[in-house]
Amino acid sequence: MKRTVVPMGPQHPVLPEPIVLDLVLEDEKVVDAIPTIGYIHRGLEMMVERVEFTEFGYVVERICGICSFMHGMGYAVAMEKIMAVEVPERASWLRLIWAEMSRIHSHLLWLGLGADAFGFENLFMHCWRTREEVLDIFEKTTGGRIIFSVNRIGGVRRDISDSELVAIVEKLQQLGAGFAETARIFETDPSIRHRLGGVGILTREDAHAVDAVGPMARASGIPLDTRLTGTYLYDHLDFEPVLETAGDCLARVVVRVREISQSIDLIRQAVQRMPKGEGAPIETKVRGLPTGETFERLEQPRGEVIYYIKANGTKYLERFRARTPTFANIPAMIKLVKGCDLADVPNIIMTIDPCISCTER
Amino acid sequence: MSHVSLFKRSPWILHYDGSSCNGCDIEVLACLTPLYDVERLGVVNTGNPKHADILLVTGSVNERNIEIIQNLHRQMPDPKVVVAVGACACSGGIFARAYNIQGGIDHVIPVDVYVPGCAARPESIIDGVVQGIAALELKHKRSA
Ligand code: SF4
Repeated sequence: MKRTVVPMGPQHPVLPEPIVLDLVLEDEKVVDAIPTIGYIHRGLEMMVERVEFTEFGYVVERICGICSFMHGMGYAVAMEKIMAVEVPERASWLRLIWAEMSRIHSHLLWLGLGADAFGFENLFMHCWRTREEVLDIFEKTTGGRIIFSVNRIGGVRRDISDSELVAIVEKLQQLGAGFAETARIFETDPSIRHRLGGVGILTREDAHAVDAVGPMARASGIPLDTRLTGTYLYDHLDFEPVLETAGDCLARVVVRVREISQSIDLIRQAVQRMPKGEGAPIETKVRGLPTGETFERLEQPRGEVIYYIKANGTKYLERFRARTPTFANIPAMIKLVKGCDLADVPNIIMTIDPCISCTER
Repeated sequence: MSHVSLFKRSPWILHYDGSSCNGCDIEVLACLTPLYDVERLGVVNTGNPKHADILLVTGSVNERNIEIIQNLHRQMPDPKVVVAVGACACSGGIFARAYNIQGGIDHVIPVDVYVPGCAARPESIIDGVVQGIAALELKHKRSA
């Protein structure tokens, strides 16, 4: 059959970020997809040679504006490991709380974009309205809406008072209750089922074979979550990864919808478990220059991120490397796009929750 | 509010993400959503450069997107206005020292309004758009 090539991107209404996919079509079926990248490449990793390690955290936070906090946290934790710094317990709990709030904001953001991609603009607005409430909490506790630079090697810059923490939990629970109606629509609305159900199925075996991570893997029934490894105090909390087995676009939406309430619950538990007491230290002073290397893993909203840092005893690190979750999920996306209908391509691309700026850095 | 009296038409916006970190992008999107809602000013977000009056760029210029930005700008009908959103778009921002970054958007196309901030706040983005509308009116007058 005659083949047609449809270029998609770099500027395309459903793509929030530039990436090019050359879709090779036979009639309406996609037989191949060839990605071209490089539109957002900045050369961030190499900036370690020009930015001192104490300030490099600000650069790391700008790998991606959506999981900005978690990138900053990963860098800080990795550097603390290299420099053998003991972080005050309260600081670690505060990090966990901000990290889970980042997950809530990221999932709401994505659910909105996803809804927009399948043509449900009303839901997009609802999700983003709810998200603003999370951003308000961020602004109140850190001073920033998107990028807050609250991590520092050795701890965090700001404390949240005990009464404020309780108020935050209350606010988030209200948010969760208010979001329940939107969540119900995502899970049960017939037009959404029709559009997403059975589309872009990634089987459990395939997910294993292409090494999918994060909600992508969990929607295919693989309990893969770095929070399960018990690092970052997660072993003190009651935590079961959200799993779905269908592996289709709908399952990926449902996993993220459920993870929002899960994160709210994790924050509630964290506030209960963390040691009380404002004025407790939240930062350890760090002296000296780092030597050594380390790996650090972290569960971001999009999946597992891995950092590698090598320090050589000077002000400048020798190597900084980040393997971001979208990078790990791109093979899965290409696999799903092959064989689907042209009209389903935007939904499949969106449901991997692509973050191109993370991927290309 | 003096700008409001200048509104003679509803400007359509084309948003292009240069090499931004997403921070400014999501703030641009936040402007469209219920809390900020720029559509009340008659502003519509379009994906088609031929329909757009204002080009809103986030992120800076690199080797690869230089051509795309020029392309989009060329395809927009005259008169047109460019709004650079965020430190990256204004000057390269924190990434000015990265090897693949050539500088701000004014490196390739003329910029009418610069919106500072990293990330730029929705309020300042809306302000930038409103100033862009004023610049657009001025250009309309001149070309009439
Ligand atoms: S100005 Fe800051 S927030 Fe905006 S794209 Fe650049 S680094 Fe990201």
